[in-house]
Amino acid sequence: MGKTELQKAATGIAGLDEITNGGLPRGRPTLVCGSSGAGKTLLAMEFLVRGASEFGEPGVFMAFEETADELTMNVQSLGFDLDDLIKRKKLLVDHVHLERSEIEEGGAYDLEGLFIRLGHAIDSIGAKRVVLDTLELLFGGLPNENILRSELRRLFRWLKDRGVTAIITAERGNGTFTRHGLEEYVSDCVLLLDHRVTEERSTRRVRVVKYRGTTHGTNEYPFLIDDSGISVFPITSLGLRHVASDERISTGVPGLDDMLGGKGVYRGTTVMVSGTAGTGKTSLATHFVDAAARRGERSLYLNFEESPSQLMRNMRSIGLDLAPWLQKDLVRFHSSRPSAYGLEMHLVTIHKLVKEFAPRVVVVDPITTFLNAGASSEADGMLMRLIDFLKGQHITALFTSLTHDGDPIEASRAAVSSMIDTWLLVRDIETRGERNRGLYVLKSRGMAHSNRIREFVLTEHGVELLDVEAGPDGVLVGSQRAAGQSREAVAARPPGGGAARA
Amino acid sequence: MKRARTSPRSNGEVLATDTPAAMWELRLYVAGKTPKSLAAIANLQRLCDEHLRGKFTIEVVDLIVHPQLAKGDEIVAIPTLVRKLPEPIRRVIGDLSNLERVLVGLQLRPATT
Repeated sequence: MGKTELQKAATGIAGLDEITNGGLPRGRPTLVCGSSGAGKTLLAMEFLVRGASEFGEPGVFMAFEETADELTMNVQSLGFDLDDLIKRKKLLVDHVHLERSEIEEGGAYDLEGLFIRLGHAIDSIGAKRVVLDTLELLFGGLPNENILRSELRRLFRWLKDRGVTAIITAERGNGTFTRHGLEEYVSDCVLLLDHRVTEERSTRRVRVVKYRGTTHGTNEYPFLIDDSGISVFPITSLGLRHVASDERISTGVPGLDDMLGGKGVYRGTTVMVSGTAGTGKTSLATHFVDAAARRGERSLYLNFEESPSQLMRNMRSIGLDLAPWLQKDLVRFHSSRPSAYGLEMHLVTIHKLVKEFAPRVVVVDPITTFLNAGASSEADGMLMRLIDFLKGQHITALFTSLTHDGDPIEASRAAVSSMIDTWLLVRDIETRGERNRGLYVLKSRGMAHSNRIREFVLTEHGVELLDVEAGPDGVLVGSQRAAGQSREAVAARPPGGGAARA
Repeated sequence: MKRARTSPRSNGEVLATDTPAAMWELRLYVAGKTPKSLAAIANLQRLCDEHLRGKFTIEVVDLIVHPQLAKGDEIVAIPTLVRKLPEPIRRVIGDLSNLERVLVGLQLRPATT
C-alpha cells in the first residue's frame, strides 16, 4: 500500500465514522458480526441508505434472510423510506431464497449464479455499496461446505475487484467471531456488535476488532437504535485535555458563592452535591439552573425522581419559579425512570440532548439512582465518560447524589471522587430533638474555599446559608444557634451596643 | 418472456423436445461454456433419453447472456437444473455427474439412505 492513505467511505452513521476515523475501507469488504438481534441488519441498511441519500452512492442490499417487504417494514421505524430509494434507483434489494429441502447436489457446482446476480444488480443502478446479509445462510442452504468455502474466498476477491465498499454480516459463533469463520476471508475491517443484558438491562455496543492500515478506537462503544437510526456514542478516553477556564459562575446561592472563594464555581467543572434524603439537594440544583437562566444561559435538567411539574411546584414553595425560563427555552427538562433503559442508553440520550439543545449547564438529579441502573464498575466508567463528555463541551455539570443514613457520606464512591471538582455535602445535624441541615465544602479544586459548616435553611425565597455558632458542644444549629446568639448578645451588651459576630 | 422455446441459441434454448405435450419441463441454468456447463448439458441429455423418453422439454439458460433471469428461479449455484413441471419445483445443482443423486433430486427414484 506504500504511503498512500487508506481511502475511506463515510457511513453517515452518527458516531461510527468517528470511531473508525472516517468510515469503512473504501472499495473493500467489512465484516460486521454479532449475535442475532445485535443490530447487524440495521447497521448495514443504514450504511446503504445514508450512502444513497447523503453521499450519492447507490447501494445493493442482498438479503438472505428477510424479504424486501420485511426489510422495508423493519426499517420504517428508523425513518428510512426504502420504497422511495428503490423507486429512484438509489437502492436495490435482492432477496435470495434458498430452500435446502428442494435442492439436491448432483455434482460439482460453483456460485457463479450469485456472482452474476450480484453483478447485474450492481450494474443496473451503478452501485458503489453492497451489503450481503447474512451470507452465512448459504451454508444452511447449499450442500458441500468445501465448495462454499472456496467460492466465498472468490466472492470476497471479486467484491474487491469490483471496487465496491461492502458490508458482510455474520452470526457470532461459539468462541469465534463468526459461525463459519468468515473473518478468515475478510481481513480489512471487522466490527463486532454486541447486545448484552446486565442486571436485566440491555445495552448495545460496537467494537472495531480490526481495521487494517488505520488507527481506530479500540473500546467498546455503546450505541442506540431509535427513530433516527443508529447513534454510536464515541466515548473518548479520559484524555484530560480540557481547557480549564478561569471564569467563575454563581451557584445562585450568595452564601454558597461566599464559601467558594466568594465567586462560585469554575465554568466547565463538575459539582457534586451529596446528602441524605430531603436535605435540599434539588433546591440547590434549581438555584444553579435559575442563576444560569438569569445569565441567559441554557440548562438541561435531567430528572430521575420527579416529574418536571412536581419539581416546579415544589420549587415554587421556596420562591423559585422556573416556568418563565422554560417558556424562554432557557431550561429544558428530561425526565425518565433510571431503570427504564440501560446505562449506555442514558448516556447516548444525554449526548443527543446536549448536541440538540447546546446547554451551558447540565444537572443530573440524582446521579445515584441513575448509577444504580448498572453494575457498579460499569456505573463508574459511565460517569467518567459522562463527565469527560460534558467537560469536553465546556459544560458546567451539577450532580446530586443521594447518600443513605449510616453511610459514610464522604466515601460515597471512591472512584467518583477524583472526577469531581467541587464537592458539597449537606448533612443532617440532629441535636436536642431538632433536625437541622449543615452544608460544607468537602473539596473545591483551584480555589480558596471555606472550611466551615454553615447552616442550610430553606426559606420562602430559596436556600440561605447561615453562619453557625460554635459552642462548647460543637456547632450550634437551629434553636441552639438562636439561643447561642442571644447568649452572646447578652454577654456582649454591658460595654454598650451591637453584637459583633465572627 | 424471452425464453421462447423457438428461439435457438439465444436465451432459453430448447435443447430437445421429445413430444408436443411434454410432461416434464426442465430448465438448466449455466454460465458460459465452462466445462461444468457442458458436462451438465451432456449429462442431462443422456439422463432424459434414458429415463424420460417421450415426455420432456429441456431449456438451457445462459446467465452470462441473460443475467436478469437469475433472480426468477432463485439461482445461486451454477449449474442448476430446475424441474418446473411436474410440480413441486425441484432443483439439482452441479454438473449432474452423480446420476443417482440427480434421479433422487428429480424424484425419479426414491431417496435411499
